[in-house]
Amino acid sequence: MSDIVLLVVTGVGLGALYFLAASGLSLIYGLMGVLNFAHGAFMVAGAYAGWLTMTGLPDTLGVTVRLALAIAVSVAVGALIGLVVEVVLIRPLYRHHIQQVLVTVGLSLAAVAAIQGIWGSDAHPLEKPRWLASTTRVAGAQIPTDRFLFIAAALLVFGALLALLHFTRLGLVIRAGVENRTMVEALGINVHRTFSVVFAIGGAAAGLAGLLGGVYANSVSPLQGGSMLIYAFIVVVIGGMGSLTGTAVAAAAVGLVQQLANYYAASGVGDLSVVLLLAVVLLIRPASLQGAHS
Amino acid sequence: MSTRLKALPALALLLVLAYLPYVPVELPGILPGRVNGPGAMQLLAICLTMAGIALSYDVVFGRTGLLSFGHALFVAAGSYVLAIGMSSMGLPLPVAALLALAVTTVLALVVGGIALRVGGIAFAMVTLAFAQAASIIVLRNPGNITGGEEGKSLNRDLMPELFLGVSNAPYRYWLALAFVAVAWLAVSWLSRSRAGHAMAAVRENEARAAVLGFSVYRAKLISIVAAAFLGGLGGIVHAIVLGGSNPHLTTAEFTLALLVMVVLGGAGSKWGAVLGGFLYTYADSRLVGLSGSPVLDSLPGAVGQVVSQPLFILGTFFVIVVYFAPTGLTGLGKRVLRKERVT
Repeated sequence: MSDIVLLVVTGVGLGALYFLAASGLSLIYGLMGVLNFAHGAFMVAGAYAGWLTMTGLPDTLGVTVRLALAIAVSVAVGALIGLVVEVVLIRPLYRHHIQQVLVTVGLSLAAVAAIQGIWGSDAHPLEKPRWLASTTRVAGAQIPTDRFLFIAAALLVFGALLALLHFTRLGLVIRAGVENRTMVEALGINVHRTFSVVFAIGGAAAGLAGLLGGVYANSVSPLQGGSMLIYAFIVVVIGGMGSLTGTAVAAAAVGLVQQLANYYAASGVGDLSVVLLLAVVLLIRPASLQGAHS
Repeated sequence: MSTRLKALPALALLLVLAYLPYVPVELPGILPGRVNGPGAMQLLAICLTMAGIALSYDVVFGRTGLLSFGHALFVAAGSYVLAIGMSSMGLPLPVAALLALAVTTVLALVVGGIALRVGGIAFAMVTLAFAQAASIIVLRNPGNITGGEEGKSLNRDLMPELFLGVSNAPYRYWLALAFVAVAWLAVSWLSRSRAGHAMAAVRENEARAAVLGFSVYRAKLISIVAAAFLGGLGGIVHAIVLGGSNPHLTTAEFTLALLVMVVLGGAGSKWGAVLGGFLYTYADSRLVGLSGSPVLDSLPGAVGQVVSQPLFILGTFFVIVVYFAPTGLTGLGKRVLRKERVT
């Protein structure tokens, strides 16, 4: 019993990280039709911004305070990078979807290489408050406390995004844009400004995902974005592109499948069963996955 | 211009390249040692192999317009099945090569068949996921069959003497050159065949191709399988040239590199893919040698460290090409030539 509780909570915790990475991707894809390969680079940028904040601040501040500040910095850096990338690189290639993908591919290669050049290709250890590194007892299972932090962060982001989408004018424009962008433009609404905002939101979520991914792995490394990005892609495809609730459900499912299969079958089977899950979903319901930009 | 005349430049270049192992000249700064020395021959062999693999990827990306991120899977399958066939199963080279080609083709049918159920960007993500699954399997090294991070080396006892050792580098070079020639002929033939026309129609306008009576699904699947066959062949040649399989072949970076090569050179053009593959691989290996050179040391700390990363230069260059030369280097070259003729 305690095994199952442990696996479910850690699985959902992993899924929470996937959700943070995938929510931005899904929104960007849903609204703009851009598959953002640079999302992994956004994550690495957020992780490094957080790591630099942690190491840069004086030790007298205490680890928890520094981590909180690092999270704020990584969110801000992610949002800023997302905004700049959209305005400088994506906007001129409006409606050229393949070229947009290519530009983000080039950006992801160059950005990761630049980070490797400056800070080296090795992982840097990330400090963790003692309460976060300990375990919490739930229903007889010793669960690492940081999983609850991930779940709380993901729920917070999910709630905030849902509120944004459903209770604000901006959210109305985004939802309408996902549904039918041409019509929104025809009604005289400036969708371009919305694109920048969506990229900034996606970047902020990615920055957060990057730093929390660093907390999960106890270190930040230039390659951590790449592996996370692939699972985020899978989550976006399974969740139905552009659907936030779908992404949340798919993220939890992918995290659970991965944890359970890794435990009950051999280690490594979990990663493969995620791909298998994707294949099964594709074979059963291909039509639901096309999104608004089929 | 008749097709025969058009083939002349390619034929001339092939003859020149085939003669290179007899040229004992030194090209300082461009190639390590003499042109026919083992270092230069090995470098050129790798560059040519990658040129051929880029040509195979162009069948999917440039000629059919499918943004596939799964091509690395097929190249890696060719390479690894050959290595496993020779080292673990003790098969002779020709049998192992045939087995590798068969496995790659079947794999392409299955993966392509599933991934083609979605189109556009979703197709890109699904192929990426499959390639990633292969990468995970190779790195986990089940039953010690793939060699994990170390890679898998070929069984030297079963290898023909001709392809072994430093002094036989020219033979590996000729093998790579022959692979490019075969891939070139195959792509030429394919693009002139009925299936090739269907692929071009699908690339230009999928809905219209469907209305005209082409089976879009079949054209795409043929494209993926043909590209995978040539890519698998490239993987086999790659394994022979390098003496084994390397897990780098399975990574997402390798697929992205293939994409960068084809776009750099010019998508949908044989010259473009071959040139892009050759130059990218050449630049990637030569730029590493640049780090620590006096020019870089004179730059201030962080800038020098960043510029010394080959991928940073290639990635930035790639973004510039996408913006300012969307038809790639060959397209740029054609434009320059045309302008000269007008003036």
